[in-house]
Order: sequence, then structure tokens, then C-alpha cells
Amino acid sequence: MILHQLIDYETLRVVWWLLLGVLLIGFAVMDGFDLGTATLLPFVAKTDVERRVVINAVGPVWEGNQVWLILGGGAIFAAWPPLYAVSFSGFYLAMFAILFALILRPVGFKYRSKRDSAVWRAGWDWALFVGGFVPALVMGVAVGNVLLGVPFRFDPDLRIFYEGTTLFELLNPFGLLCGLLSVAMLVMHGGAWLVLKSEGPVAERSRICGSIAAFVTIVLFALGGLWLWLGVDGYRITSEIATTGASNPLAKTVEQAPGAWFENYGRHSWMMLAPVLGFAGALGSLAFFKARREVSALLASSVAILGIISTVGLSMFPFILPSSIDPRSSLTVWDASSSHLTLFIMLVVTAIFVPLVVAYTTWVYRILWGKVDAKAISDGSGHAY
Amino acid sequence: MELDIVALSRLQFAMTALYHFLFVPLTLGLSVLLAIMETVYVMTGRPIWRQMTKFWGTLFGINFVLGVATGIVMEFQFGMNWSYYSHYVGDIFGAPLAIEGLMAFFLEATFVGLFFFGWDKLSKVGHLMTTWAVALGSNFSALWILIANGWMQNPVGSAFNPETMRMEVTDFFAVLFNPVAQAKFVHTVSAGYVTAAIFVLGVSAWYLLKGRHAELAKRSMTVAASFGLAASLSVVVLGDESGYLSTEHQKMKLAAIEGMWETEPAPAAFTLVGFPDQKARETHYAIKIPWVMGLIGTRSLTQEIPGIDELVTRAEARIRQGIAAFDALQQIRAAGGADKVTSEVRQAFENNGHDLGYALLLKRHVDDPREASEADIRQAAWDMVPHVPTLFWSFRIMVGLGFFFIGLTALFFYLSARRRLDRYPGLLRLAVFAIPLPWIAAELGWIVAEFGRQPWIIEGVLPTAAAVSSLGASTVLMTIIGFALIYTVLIVIEMALMVRAIRKGPEADDEPEAELVPQSLVAAE
Repeated sequence: MILHQLIDYETLRVVWWLLLGVLLIGFAVMDGFDLGTATLLPFVAKTDVERRVVINAVGPVWEGNQVWLILGGGAIFAAWPPLYAVSFSGFYLAMFAILFALILRPVGFKYRSKRDSAVWRAGWDWALFVGGFVPALVMGVAVGNVLLGVPFRFDPDLRIFYEGTTLFELLNPFGLLCGLLSVAMLVMHGGAWLVLKSEGPVAERSRICGSIAAFVTIVLFALGGLWLWLGVDGYRITSEIATTGASNPLAKTVEQAPGAWFENYGRHSWMMLAPVLGFAGALGSLAFFKARREVSALLASSVAILGIISTVGLSMFPFILPSSIDPRSSLTVWDASSSHLTLFIMLVVTAIFVPLVVAYTTWVYRILWGKVDAKAISDGSGHAY
Repeated sequence: MELDIVALSRLQFAMTALYHFLFVPLTLGLSVLLAIMETVYVMTGRPIWRQMTKFWGTLFGINFVLGVATGIVMEFQFGMNWSYYSHYVGDIFGAPLAIEGLMAFFLEATFVGLFFFGWDKLSKVGHLMTTWAVALGSNFSALWILIANGWMQNPVGSAFNPETMRMEVTDFFAVLFNPVAQAKFVHTVSAGYVTAAIFVLGVSAWYLLKGRHAELAKRSMTVAASFGLAASLSVVVLGDESGYLSTEHQKMKLAAIEGMWETEPAPAAFTLVGFPDQKARETHYAIKIPWVMGLIGTRSLTQEIPGIDELVTRAEARIRQGIAAFDALQQIRAAGGADKVTSEVRQAFENNGHDLGYALLLKRHVDDPREASEADIRQAAWDMVPHVPTLFWSFRIMVGLGFFFIGLTALFFYLSARRRLDRYPGLLRLAVFAIPLPWIAAELGWIVAEFGRQPWIIEGVLPTAAAVSSLGASTVLMTIIGFALIYTVLIVIEMALMVRAIRKGPEADDEPEAELVPQSLVAAE
């Protein structure tokens, strides 16, 4: 096959770096409101009918949304195998915590309403809360630790070794701050979804919780940026960069330096757009919550997610996973990708299927458009969960 | 086997994979059965077929959700526990997994919500398309995961790149149209159909025994028996072993399944029963049927099936080639690239590179494969023999069950055609007791295919022992306990809900349409 030469390796790597961002943002926007909604469940809904309204607000769509995560895992495996190998094994127990929570979630949605007992249902409510809160927190903590650098190194066979990546070492102050930012951001988003999908007291409480979360998002995002500026050393490549070289991270040299995570903004001022969108989205969401503009609030919180995640990606470019104990082992866009051919094939597949997925997902959301009918739930008609 | 990180990682993978595979076959088959039932509803307009779709749909949902929950674990585990594997073959293995997400999971998961929530939001045809989308999506996912798995058994279309120290794809279409993957797909999907058919048959038989829901039960049995008969014929006739002559280790699997230590003249006899003895390297008290093994294994009367002893001798030769490849690779890496070494070294790597994995097998016995003694090589070659009694018996029980399913579904197909489904309580009881059997067959099939693949994680390319993450054994032990706990709790809950939903039965269908919808799906307030 020579067809893949149509697009050069360097371009494909950048495209796949962008697609990595699209996937993570896609996951955070689509499944993010499910996670946020589940986190809000015990707080915005008191009675059984209210809780079922909340559950049914995401009931028909969470399953499709979760595929963004599964696809994220698969696409990282296919396009960035070293990233998949290092991050999933390096964050082993954190991954386990996420898996544990994500196992509870589908079961909670599906099994909760199968029995009438109050204890049964209260148990699943907390399982759903864990299923929303824990992944939101742990994923944020993981991103925070990526910004700090992860203690891994490669040996010459590219076997991966770690030093101290227990769950407790991940829960350092900066990691926790990022974790809380992630929770706040997704709670804001989930709140916006619930305002859109419910009525009465549930919608009102969601509006209040969403507004608080939007405010906290702004504060934590600013605080995180400040901390990153003052207290966290970034990374930069010090050797010549071969953008079309073989994917072997050990071929380069890297140094840690204060402020290195901010250098891209000096070189390319358009990148400032990302943090600006992060703040503007959260502020907009706050304003639209207040103005009771439901759809706009959800769109604004989506923009906030886009801005915040893009900020992380752009600050680190070309790094995708820096190593704190052996900086030259760090993974970058130029040395952690799949082969030229695989990146090309996967791009073709993506170009065919993503539009299809977007098309039928849109169709399904249109069918399901509208508020969850609390009356129908108490009558026992019209809703499945 | 001492409890080291390799053994623990394998235990966790086997445990979670076998558990995941409790839910997959029913999802595969029941989704298609639902689509068939609803198609009949849309074509005939008779409400009982909608009632059937909804009732079996409820059971489908209870099962489906655990398949989803445990499926994520499978995808993440490659990176978590098998990080060297992920690095080493991600360039090839990752692609089908990603495509599975894009092409199959999105379809299945986006429409499954609509299947449950969309009865009163969609037109008849609209809902039918939704059901078919779910069935298509789940079957597509089987296709892609088996393309990935097929490549582990027969790693075509790829080559080792010394610069990146990993396997990279050279011919994607070879990976896609891998004959082993095709055989596996047909076999696995058929097995899923059998599972669902026997499940529907058994539950319906229980209703007939109790004298409940006779109309629904009989119709369900008719669908299940015909669908199940076709599927069980397919699962046996188009067995997985049709791909077993593609590679050396697939041949080893076949020889182990057969307990065939020495090569026999073609066509080989099939050992019906016997007692394979791994230590003595022979099968005691074998009762043989002439010709049958040759026919099963090769579909021919003249092709020879090599025995275990011969395969081990061949493996020794490949280990020696592997050492040559390993040596050339070290020289290439020391020089800093294939273009910086002598042409002899380059040639040596090109000639022997495909057996590089065989040298890695020696790492269990010696740090540097180049320093391996004759005894090490002999030992590594014998490591290649899977545990023969396990494969021998797993295969026989699985195949025996396969023939039983053909008989059972054929019998009920006949009874259904003669409209005598409710005449013979003994047979109905047999159908009820048959419910768990397809799961046993399916799990044994996994054991034959994957346990039989050992000591390789990718045949001829990477030994399982070299593929693990460098995690602490206690860490993995902790997650094994964690998975065991949550999985045990969930299966108890799942079975209880399943039994409860079956006992409750379908909702009466003389009610107005709007109320038919939820009550089969929601517990009464």
C-alpha cells in the first residue's frame, strides 16, 4: 500500500493529536452531562419520582454517550499505543477506580426501578452517585498528574517501569485541584442538562447547583492556571525534533523548566483562545442559568469544557505524557504515534464513520427531545427506568 | 504455577473475560431474535408479536447492561495489565478495537436506549429499524473483536520494526481478511445464536409446563427452534477448528485437543475418549474412530495432521532461527539502524526476523537468548505444548453439547411443525434444564481457543510472559479481589432480576397500547 503517502507522517500525527482532543472533548461534552447528572442525583432529587425524573433524563442516552469513552480508549490504543500502554498501566489503581465506578453506573440505571423497595433504590442512588462522581474526579486528577509529569521510564526494549504511582501519590494537591475542577465542570454541565430536561423543584435545584458549579469552575480554572504558572515546571524538548521520525521516545532529550507550559502561548497567540473560551463558557453558563435560557446554558457549558480541555492540550503540545523521573522517556506527538500506515487507515475509517455516528446520534436526540414527564413516571407509563 | 505477576495478570484476564462472555452470547443472539420477532409484528400487525418483542426485550436489557459494564474492563485491561503487549502490537491490534467502537458500539448503544424508550415515540417501522440497528451493532462488534483476536492467533500482515521495537502493520487487508478471524466470527456468532435460542426455548418450555402464556411461549419456541437449529448446525459444521491448520501453534492446539502425540497417516483417527497424560506424553485407553479427525481438521482425506512430538521438533528449529534473529537485532540496535550494519547481518534479520518471538520464549529460562543451552532450547520447545488434558476434555464436552443442541432444536422444530409443542412434559423439562448448557459450551470454547494459545499472547511473535505490565503482584491481587467481589454481587443480582422478570412474565396484551409499554419494563409502583 502506498496510498498512505498521500498525507505525510507529520500531518497525520498532528491530525491524530487533534482527534485525540476531539475524542476527549466529545467524551466530556456527551458523557460529561451523564456523569454530572449522576453526581447531582442525591442532591437535586428528594422523592422517588424526582429521582426517576433525573435518571430518565439521561436514561435513553447515557449508553451511546459512554461509547465516547470506549472509543477514546480504542483510538488511543490504535493511534497512540505508547500513550495507551503507559497511562493505563501507570495509573493502574486509578483506572481500576474508574472501572469500578463505571461498572456500577449502567447497572444502577437499569436495575434501580426493577424493584419497589426503598432500600434497594436508595442503594442504587448512591451507586449512581459514585458512578458519576468518581470517574469525574479521578479523570481530573489524572490530567493534573499528566501536567506535573508521571514517574515512568522506558528501558531500551521500550518496556515501561514506574516509580511510585500509587493512588495516594496521585492525590497530590495540584492533582486534587484538577480533579475538583473536573467535577465542578461536569456538574455545571449536568446541571444544565437537567434544567433542560426537567421541571419544577428538580429543575430549580439543578439551576442552583449548576450555577454554583459554574462559579467554582471559574475559580478553580483560574487557580489551576496560576498554580501551573508559579509552582509547576513544564517540559521542553532540547534536542532536534524529527517530526517524521520513528516512534521511539528515547531518541530525544528533554528538560524540565519553570513556565515551559506557557511557552506555546507566546509563540502562537491564537492559542489564548482556549483559556478564554474556558472562562467565557463558564461565565456564559452562569449568566444563562440566571436568565433561564436552558439551551444556551448547556451550549455555554459545552464551550467551557471545550476551552478547558483544549487549554491542557495546547499548553503541553507537543508533549502528551511527560515523564518526571526520566524526561527523555516523555511521550510527544512526534514519537508516540502508530506507524504512518495505521494513522492513515484509521483516519479514513474515522472520516467515514464519525459523520454517520453524528448523524444518527442527532436523529436519536431529536426523537427524545423534550422534558421528562414526572406525571408519566408516577403513573408508571412512558418511561423505562 | 506460582503466583507471580504473569500468573496473576492471566488469572485476572481469564476471570474477567469468562465473566464478560457470560453476557455476550445472549446479547448477540437475543438481539437478532428480537429483530426477527418485531419484523413478524410489523409484517403481520398481530400484537402478540409486539408483546413477545417487549417481553424478551426486558430480559435482553437485564443481560445487555452487564455486557456493557464488563466490556469496558476488557478494553482497558490490555493497557492496564498488558502494557508491553499494548506497546508491542498496538499498531495493529488497536485498530480493530477502535473500529469496533466507531462502527459497532455507537450503533448498538445509541439505538438500545431508543429500543426501550422509543415504543411510543417512533412509528412501527422506525422502531423496527432501531431494533435491527441494535442487532447489527452487536454482531459488528463480534466481527471486529474477532478480527483482533484472530490476529493474535494468526498474526498476518505485519512486521517487526527494529527502530520502534514493535510490530507494525504492513498489509491491513491481510489483517482484515484473516482466515482465522473469519472462522472465529462465524463460529462465535453462531454460538451466540444457539445460546439465545436455547434460552428462549427453555424459558418458553417453563411457561408451557406451568400452563402460562401458552400463545406467547409456543410462538417463541417456534422462532427459537428454527433459528436455533440453523445456528447449532452452523456452530458445529463451521467450527472454529477450520482455522486450525493456518499456523504452527494452531496445529499444536489441534494436536492437543486430539491428544495426538505422534503424527498419524492421513486421514487421522479421532479419539472419542481417552486419558491424555502430559508427563508420559501419551493418551491412555484411547477409543478411536478412523478418519474422523482428518476430516474435522483438514476437510480432506489426504492432508496430514502433525502430532505433538513433530511440532515440538519443528519448534526447536524455529527457536534456533529466533536466536539468529535476536542476535542480528542486537547488532542492528547497537549500530543504531539497519542501514549501519553489514549486509550479512541485515540478511540474517530479514531471513529469521519472523521467528524473533521464538527467541523471546527462552527468556523464561535464560536472560540472553543467545546464551541458551541445548537443554534450554529443548525445554522452551516443550513449553509450547498446552495443557493437553484441559484442551482434550474442554473440546469434547463442547462438541458433545453442540450435537445435543442440534438434536434438541431439531426435535422442537419437528414438534412445532406438528403443533405438538405442549404434548410432552418430559421434553419441556429437558428444554428447561438445557438453559445453562450453551454457556458451558461457550466458556469451554474460550478455554480451547485462548488457553490453548499459551505460551503465546501473539502466536510466534510475543510470549505471554513477556507481555505483562511491570506492576506489583499485590496490586494486581488487589484488583482481582475487587473484580471478584463486584462481579459476584452483580451476577447474583442479575440472576435474581432475570428469574423475577421470567416469573412475572409478559404483560397481558389486551390493554391499550400506551399502557403496554412500560409495565413490562418498570416495576409496579
